[in-house]
Amino acid sequence: MSFITRGFSGRRGDRDPRLPPGQTLVADWPVLSAGPTPHVDTADWEFSIRTENGVHRWSWDELRALGVEDITTDIHCVTHWSKLEMPWRGVPLDKIWKSVQTEHEYVMAHSYGGYTTNLPLEDLLDGKSWVAFEADGEPLDPEHGGPARLLVPHLYFWKSAKWVRGLVTMPDDDPGFWEQNGYHLHGDPWLEERYW
Amino acid sequence: MSGPAPADAPPAKAHRRAGWHTATVTDSRPETPTARRIAFEVPTWPGNDAGSHLDVRLTAPDGYQATRSYSIASSGEGTRVLLAVDELPDGEVSPFLVHDLREGDQVEMHGPLGAYFVWTPPPAGEPSRPVQLIAGGSGVVPLFAMARAHAEADDATEFRLLYSARTPQDVFFRAELEQLTAAAPALWLDFVYTRQVPEGWPTGPGRITREVLDAATLPAASDPLVFVCGPTPFVETVAGWLVESGHRPGSVRTERFGGS
Repeated sequence: MSFITRGFSGRRGDRDPRLPPGQTLVADWPVLSAGPTPHVDTADWEFSIRTENGVHRWSWDELRALGVEDITTDIHCVTHWSKLEMPWRGVPLDKIWKSVQTEHEYVMAHSYGGYTTNLPLEDLLDGKSWVAFEADGEPLDPEHGGPARLLVPHLYFWKSAKWVRGLVTMPDDDPGFWEQNGYHLHGDPWLEERYW
Repeated sequence: MSGPAPADAPPAKAHRRAGWHTATVTDSRPETPTARRIAFEVPTWPGNDAGSHLDVRLTAPDGYQATRSYSIASSGEGTRVLLAVDELPDGEVSPFLVHDLREGDQVEMHGPLGAYFVWTPPPAGEPSRPVQLIAGGSGVVPLFAMARAHAEADDATEFRLLYSARTPQDVFFRAELEQLTAAAPALWLDFVYTRQVPEGWPTGPGRITREVLDAATLPAASDPLVFVCGPTPFVETVAGWLVESGHRPGSVRTERFGGS
């Protein structure tokens, strides 16, 4: 249904094939959060996974001891900005999930501060997600989700929950915070799954 | 995009379905030295809550498209949509909207968007929480929509706006805001000027301080719902101070902007 906007030519420098539809490259790293930034000390930090069979817990050091990876990935925010080839460090969820058993196919990520976001388990495993604690070679700032955030770069970035503290498996794909507030249940940038 | 979801967040409400619309410019005029107020007629617009936003999509003759999000300065039913766009000097879309878009031109709009950073009057007879609005620069746009919706609903909720602007000339919606302060129910309005103050202003220019914030906002004890909108450093600083001053993180809703 698109039509030409009279007089608009645009900047053009942005048509990189790695950019999903409707996205624009940015040099900076915008911050978008629904509330105040929580500040969590790594000494008090804990990551847990709860399934129908029980709870697994890791301290900051225990989680990192599972094995840290360097990742270079593109990220895409639903507010139309993208960053390409961004370096990250974190623990792949595959390593964290090794001891976890569940029949459930969905997960709710929970954050310090109360944020939640829902994900199908298949979007988290097989090299698709990390618990990340560094970006651009620096520890993650609190405003960017530090000490640790979920990193699920193939989905819009609101799925990469800042200040992540745990995952709870679910039998159904129940909506998290932004998903209850108008955003898409799944959020694939290549399909432009932005809103309901 | 994530953030604390308050324990007291309202349950997801039935909301106006977002969709694509064709919007025609009916009026465009300077708002500040760097911003423009642009009114659109959008025949298919389903109305919007105060504080929500929309995406504007522009298409070039060769099919190239650019999309950006803007807060909506208007709210309620009806098909008139008001934006107030501040030009980002190295931006791609805002300079076009500010300098090139004329009456009669058409753009694509997707919206309304956002069901969290919004304020709706409480149903008649229901108690309401006082509302504190805190704006940095063009972050006043969605907060102005809330203040006006409050006045138009004749709602008795206590409303207060703290507005940090660079100079008196940079204030958006000045006449309307002053009108709202004189209306009943009134809006309490406080300004902070960071670079230049009006004639006879009691203090010099300067960024907002914790003391000014505490003195010019509703106290945590009155349990207000707080909406903060502005550039990222402003919002980070203010939201942090609010929590230190006793506001529950779940009562502080933020909208940061810093993208292009």
